[in-house]
Amino acid sequence: MALLEFNENGIFCPPASVYIDPWRPVRNALITHGHADHSRRGHQHYLCTESAAPVIRYRLGEDISLETIKYGEPRVINGVRFSFHPAGHILGSAQIRVEYKGEIWVVSGDYKLENDGISEAFEPVRCHTFISECTFGLPVYNWPDQHDVYADIVRWWKRNREEGKTSVITAYALGKAQRLLRNLPENEGPVFTHGAVENVNEVIRRQGIQLPDTIRVTPEQDRKAYQGALVIATPSALGSPWMKKFRPYSTAMASGWMAIRGTRRRRSADRGFVLSDHADWGGLNQAIEQTGAEKIFVTHGYTSIYGNWLKDQGYDAREVKTDFSGESDDADSTGGDA
Amino acid sequence: MKQFTKLFSELDGTTKTNPKVDALSDYFDKAPEYDKLWTIALLSHRRPKRAVNATRMKEWAAEIAGLPFWLVDESHHVVGDLAETIALILPDHENESSESLTHWMEFIIGLRNLEENERKSEMARAWSMLSRQQRFVFNKLITGGFRMGVSQKLMVRALAAATGIEENLLAHRLMGDWTPASTTFEELVLSEDKDEKDSRPYPFYLAYPLEQPPGELGTPAEWQAEMKWDGIRGQIIVRNQQLFVWSRGEELVTDKYPEYEVLTGFLPDGTVLDGEIMPFRDGLPLPFTLLQKRIGRKKVGPSLLKKVPVIFMAYDLLESGGEDIRQLPLNERRKKLEMVVAEAPEILRLSETVSFDTWEELADVRSDARSRQTEGIMLKNQASAYRVGRKRGDWWKWKVDPLTIDAVMIYAMRGHGRRANLYTDYTFAVRDGENLVPFAKAYSGLTDKEIARVDRFVKQNTLERFGPVRSVRPELVFEIAFEGINKSSRHKSGVALRFPRISRWREDKPASEINTLDDLHRMMDLYG
Repeated sequence: MALLEFNENGIFCPPASVYIDPWRPVRNALITHGHADHSRRGHQHYLCTESAAPVIRYRLGEDISLETIKYGEPRVINGVRFSFHPAGHILGSAQIRVEYKGEIWVVSGDYKLENDGISEAFEPVRCHTFISECTFGLPVYNWPDQHDVYADIVRWWKRNREEGKTSVITAYALGKAQRLLRNLPENEGPVFTHGAVENVNEVIRRQGIQLPDTIRVTPEQDRKAYQGALVIATPSALGSPWMKKFRPYSTAMASGWMAIRGTRRRRSADRGFVLSDHADWGGLNQAIEQTGAEKIFVTHGYTSIYGNWLKDQGYDAREVKTDFSGESDDADSTGGDA
Repeated sequence: MKQFTKLFSELDGTTKTNPKVDALSDYFDKAPEYDKLWTIALLSHRRPKRAVNATRMKEWAAEIAGLPFWLVDESHHVVGDLAETIALILPDHENESSESLTHWMEFIIGLRNLEENERKSEMARAWSMLSRQQRFVFNKLITGGFRMGVSQKLMVRALAAATGIEENLLAHRLMGDWTPASTTFEELVLSEDKDEKDSRPYPFYLAYPLEQPPGELGTPAEWQAEMKWDGIRGQIIVRNQQLFVWSRGEELVTDKYPEYEVLTGFLPDGTVLDGEIMPFRDGLPLPFTLLQKRIGRKKVGPSLLKKVPVIFMAYDLLESGGEDIRQLPLNERRKKLEMVVAEAPEILRLSETVSFDTWEELADVRSDARSRQTEGIMLKNQASAYRVGRKRGDWWKWKVDPLTIDAVMIYAMRGHGRRANLYTDYTFAVRDGENLVPFAKAYSGLTDKEIARVDRFVKQNTLERFGPVRSVRPELVFEIAFEGINKSSRHKSGVALRFPRISRWREDKPASEINTLDDLHRMMDLYG
């Protein structure tokens, strides 16, 4: 029997009888991070890191049965030793290490290798078997230096301000939005936020994380205040009547998918900035190498292509079908972030 | 290359016309003359012959990037653009080339005369000198498909803005058989052509589709009806013993239709005809698809002239005796037109009017339009002047309804460009007993939201994968609309459709209720 199995409910650990990021309601769920496709509603008991907990409680309800754990702290269940390690994806995100009778597996959840200044920075974890995402598992995805991207965003903002426009940038409400806030210069001008973004900001500020000041967009707000300002909105806001109040405006998206011209052009945004909370091609390969694992399961993303590449590299690689957000580049419909 | 790459990025970064024209005219303002000439050449489809084979490029790039070929190939399917795929997988570096566009174009032309291994090392050298975005543009210059979302017309408009020369004059100056090697910017663009004034066309008046019942237009007597011909809108101009042919894209196409040359002797000087360039034989229109074979060609050879003979179906007279008569009412222009055509050889035909006393009568003619190889009915107000552009009120096109058939999707392929990485190109099948027979491909007609849903279905219901194509569970039913149906030996189904597109997603219909191959063949017997 394998230490971790893939069944219709999710990733299952038979000796401990717990699931990791299950997509159907189960008794015990270990959660890698707070995005909707990984932390779902309806489980009886949740376990996640301390910094992931507030958002999960906010999203799923204060009354859920949720326990927290520190990074690196062991939790033994039925002789199986579990521990959570930083995944660098969003605040509180973790890879989950599972050890039983000398055999070690790691479930990556979603991850990226660069330090974004707000998520706990990714740490490689040695293991025998690694279950990895591969959202961007193609050699065409190579992220530019994030600081160049922030500088580009500021240039775009400045130019819009000179033209008397509002700059509306879309980013996933949990993760990307706060990453932008942390990394854009604070003295550049006022930053407004979509309600969904601001709700998460409030949760995160309450847990003691510093974020620059933001102003929630409300119907009462004087529209003149938007001129020259930056608005951080959710992707679904783009093209909706909610945008009217910002006229005239320029729109941008910050996502890894923006690396491809076709995707950029398909989007209705004026600009696409390549900024992702997932590992790029080089990042995936590096992370996998650093685990020292021989057996790799690839879950969501370009699984068949990336799996074949890993086989070419001598790994025992397998493709697994999961309910994580896979190939979709539509953050709205899946709840996953790119 | 820096300026050109910047221009490319700016044009690529917007879908709006005005910023494009601004970026172009700014470029025409600042770029060196020889680079401007190349830019005009590239934007008017005068790309040098392809110097490097696409598969070779892919192989070399894979080798430099240290990746297996199959992986680069897969990436290409996802990205949907070879030039971009290569630019993205090559190792990143800090280099950027300050050489001119002309330098790189000459470099590309030079590749053609090299041995394969030299070509390979030259390509590697070029890639190592160019920035990522420059590499993309450079690759595009080689692979072609060089669309920057700029039509020749838009380019001419920008050039007009930058030089202060009138658009029609510029369009004329840019015509013909020049290459950047054979001319200069000064000679091509800035100097006056001796016959350019003679060639000037009038802006076309375009009809609106009729959506209301024709009875709302008034009494039949106020309207002139003609068949709606299936050809290319054109103007024939004879001035000073010279003939010019313009197509609707405000493109001078005289060289493509040498048959019209005979009209020079028949049409009096100062004559401008509006009508349709049509493939035609033995008194009947030929299918439009035949004409498409001529459109793409620069030079039209004798065999093509024989295979696809054209006539000019005239329906309006815009200039008579050197005088602009567009303000005269249609019925007066029509009388003059009839006199002009009566004298002319067979290649010039008159678009006959359809007489009708009631709208019902005309509706009957319309319902029969397809079997007459026409697209429907044109309605023109008898008292109307010839106006400019698409204006409501005086000219209406009353097209026949498209033919439709319900079919099931069986294959899906990733799209290109704006649709890259999404399954947007579908193959449809009809039922033939137990089997499903593919008969049409279509990739338009769905909203972005619907495309996203179909894309998800494809990913979750894949049966097999063949490179970029997936076969899917035959479950989704669509209504396919098309304009015509012809026999075809090249297709398994035995039919070829004209303009197939998705008219709607039949979520109400199960795959068991789609149309059959017999239904298709019956349609062909009726309309083919």
